[in-house]
Amino acid sequence: MPVVLEAKALNKSFGAVTAAADINVAVEQDSIVGLIGSNGAGKTTFINMVTGYLKPTSGAIDFGGRDITPLSPRQITRLGICRSFQIPQLFNSLTVHDNLLVGVGIVVSGGKDWAPESRPAGTPHEAVEGMLERFGLAEYRNKPAGVLPEGVRKLLDIAMAMAVKPRILLLDEPTSGVSADEKFGLMDMVMDAVRAQKVTVLFVEHDMEIVNRYTQRVLAFYEGRIIADGAPAAVLGDAEVRKYVTGDALAAH
Amino acid sequence: MRRDRTPVILVAVAALLLATGPFLPRWAMFLVNVSLCYGIVVLGMMLLMRTGVVSFGHGLYYCLGAYAAGTLDQVYKVSDMAVMLVAAVIATAAVSAALGLLLRKYRDIFFAMLSLAFSMILYGLLVKTSALGSSDGFNIAAAKIAGIQVAGTAGERYVRYALTVLCALGSGAFMYRYLRSHMGRLAEAIRDNELRVEYMGASVRNVIHVNYVISAVLAGIGGALAAIAVGHIDPEMAYWTTSGEFVFVGILSGTGNILAPFLGAFIFETIRSFAYEYSPNTWQMALGITMLVVIMFLPGGLWSLFTRWRKAA
Amino acid sequence: MSQILAVLIDGLIYSSWLFIIAVGLTLIYGVMKILNIAHGSLYALGAYSAASLAGYWINHGHSPMGSYGALLVAAVLVGLVAGPIIERGLLRFMYGKDEIVLVLVTYAVFLILEDLVKLVWGVDPYFIAQPYGLLGNFSVGDLTYPNYNLVLFGTAVLVGAVLAWILAKTRQGKMLLAVIHDREMSAAMGINVGRVYFLTFTAGAMLGALGGALTAPMISVQPGIGAETIVLAFAVVVIGGLGSLPGAALAAVLVGIVRAAAVHYRPELDLFSIYLVMAAVLILRPKGLFSAQEARKI
Repeated sequence: MPVVLEAKALNKSFGAVTAAADINVAVEQDSIVGLIGSNGAGKTTFINMVTGYLKPTSGAIDFGGRDITPLSPRQITRLGICRSFQIPQLFNSLTVHDNLLVGVGIVVSGGKDWAPESRPAGTPHEAVEGMLERFGLAEYRNKPAGVLPEGVRKLLDIAMAMAVKPRILLLDEPTSGVSADEKFGLMDMVMDAVRAQKVTVLFVEHDMEIVNRYTQRVLAFYEGRIIADGAPAAVLGDAEVRKYVTGDALAAH
Repeated sequence: MRRDRTPVILVAVAALLLATGPFLPRWAMFLVNVSLCYGIVVLGMMLLMRTGVVSFGHGLYYCLGAYAAGTLDQVYKVSDMAVMLVAAVIATAAVSAALGLLLRKYRDIFFAMLSLAFSMILYGLLVKTSALGSSDGFNIAAAKIAGIQVAGTAGERYVRYALTVLCALGSGAFMYRYLRSHMGRLAEAIRDNELRVEYMGASVRNVIHVNYVISAVLAGIGGALAAIAVGHIDPEMAYWTTSGEFVFVGILSGTGNILAPFLGAFIFETIRSFAYEYSPNTWQMALGITMLVVIMFLPGGLWSLFTRWRKAA
Repeated sequence: MSQILAVLIDGLIYSSWLFIIAVGLTLIYGVMKILNIAHGSLYALGAYSAASLAGYWINHGHSPMGSYGALLVAAVLVGLVAGPIIERGLLRFMYGKDEIVLVLVTYAVFLILEDLVKLVWGVDPYFIAQPYGLLGNFSVGDLTYPNYNLVLFGTAVLVGAVLAWILAKTRQGKMLLAVIHDREMSAAMGINVGRVYFLTFTAGAMLGALGGALTAPMISVQPGIGAETIVLAFAVVVIGGLGSLPGAALAAVLVGIVRAAAVHYRPELDLFSIYLVMAAVLILRPKGLFSAQEARKI
């Protein structure tokens, strides 16, 4: 598959702190990539740079052959990269239905700024209905987002990112804060929706079972560097990864 | 889902006001007229509040609209209400489009303070402009409407009143549609979570700018209509306490429904007229206490009382 | 040459006045994150109380020099009474609400106090000019100024110096800085944030009243002075950077000189030169001259 996203020699420092050191990654279209690493290893910094929230100290990011390094989050979203958040970022006073409608509405009213693939197939309302079904949110349709249980908030957060039909989806810890028995249900739902829309997915995760089950490729971060890059089994079994990321306990598996 | 009766009520009340107008005593007609003028301004404040922004300087546009109308009469001898309204719209749209370029970068206290500063700049300008009467202002007389002479006729006062009612109807109808459109939802989304809106590809600043201009034009229309109704304008209209009154009525009304600003403005004007006559030294105190009560017990404004009764029923 | 000198001296006098009325406001904002519109009323209360107390003092045949003490006592009393009532009686129930909501609460208090002043003192103006002229004049070249302006200047410098010393050298000051920096963390470290708020608000109220008390001999004390003054205080505080003491001082000097220049060269700009400066500063430095860093949100 062609490369859809490429990070070239990315560096980011905040004064004396190095958040990213010489990151080189080429992500293939339609792949599902997991980003692992302990807190502060640089995973979120990487996502923040890809989505334009942070500018790298040096290096460049290419999306579909185009340099997106200097662009703002808004512009990058319009090109087709969208993210979800570790702490769900919702419109708390709007209903679940309207939370999604806002996203679809932005695309519809945005005109030629958006890629044609981002536009909904039918009317905005039809698109929202479809998403409510796909993400199991239909029963919460008229509830204000602020009163939803945590797992549903996470689902809505991800659904909103999908509402603009991105080519690349970045999920920041999609199952954090979700109870153990709900995690797989959530990821199944997300992955089904992703597959239906042909999206390239990168997600940050701390739960190695989730990483093992849903990813095709894993990037392990440590102190701003990528210390391992490959198939889940290989990366999770790697000695350095065991030492710095997952801990030896998992070696027992 | 309950059918929203707002458009029906809006049209019905407007029709009622137009029909009963000729039979109202002069003071009542004047009270309704001025209340509606204020209501139109507060309709704009409501839009801004829904976008998560509070302006402490909308007196700028209220005054600008009034002086646009007044200057036409005083300086250019154009005494036509319709032309005055058009002038008010153009003046406020132009100024707000320009000032909005700066203001759209601010939120919260800074937005409030900067908008206040701009209104005080206009105040200062007008107070020092002797050609416009300095701090005394001047009288204006709108003798015609769309070319038809009304001054001196029996229906003169009714025409001014009807013009205001129709403008209130029009702005109410516009705001109703606007708030239910994508832009209306986007405004509330911005109030709730600006970051997410940017991450979903929309420009928060653009929306704030657009809504700022809309609210400014509404304030200008309200100001011009008030000038026509009262017959006198002065720089006090741009003083920060006038802007404070708009904020107050906005809080009092709440942002729940487009009818709320008109109701709130009517209550405000009624209390003000009576309080002013019977106890001019406690009128502000009454305002202040009411504001505290609303903030503490009715954060959704008076309109939330209606929605609570409906839910209980 | 003499015009430039006049601008400088007039400017510094006006700056002193601006600093005194603005410093309490910026202090309260810095610590409590409240833009206290009622500060204008405290100014007015200070002016009226000073006029009454000093007037009473002089009318009862006491030494006119003692009237200065009366001004001071009036300011302190207003601060000690009004400050706690407003903070303990109302504001402390509102902490945690949106910043804008708190501004509206203080606006409500402002409205209430404006009428309270009218009820207590009536609507006719008060004059208490004796303290102004009592000290004689000083001359610079062919310009003459009442020595009272030196009192104003001296007070501004003293207040600034004392506050700066308190913040930098005393334990209470350091606690104040901690609360300004991070309220939650300070509470977690055991600082009694509630008491800090109470003391800060009372001090700010006293400073506001002091501004009014010192101004009373220079103006006609009448309804509306609170409203006029609070907008000037806002402008100074915003220009300097909300919550910054050195910012308020610098802004006061900047605004004072610009306004004096306007009065001398372009009197039509006098009334709003201060707001032009505010708009100009904000265009160049969006958060004012001295502004705090903001932490990352996500």
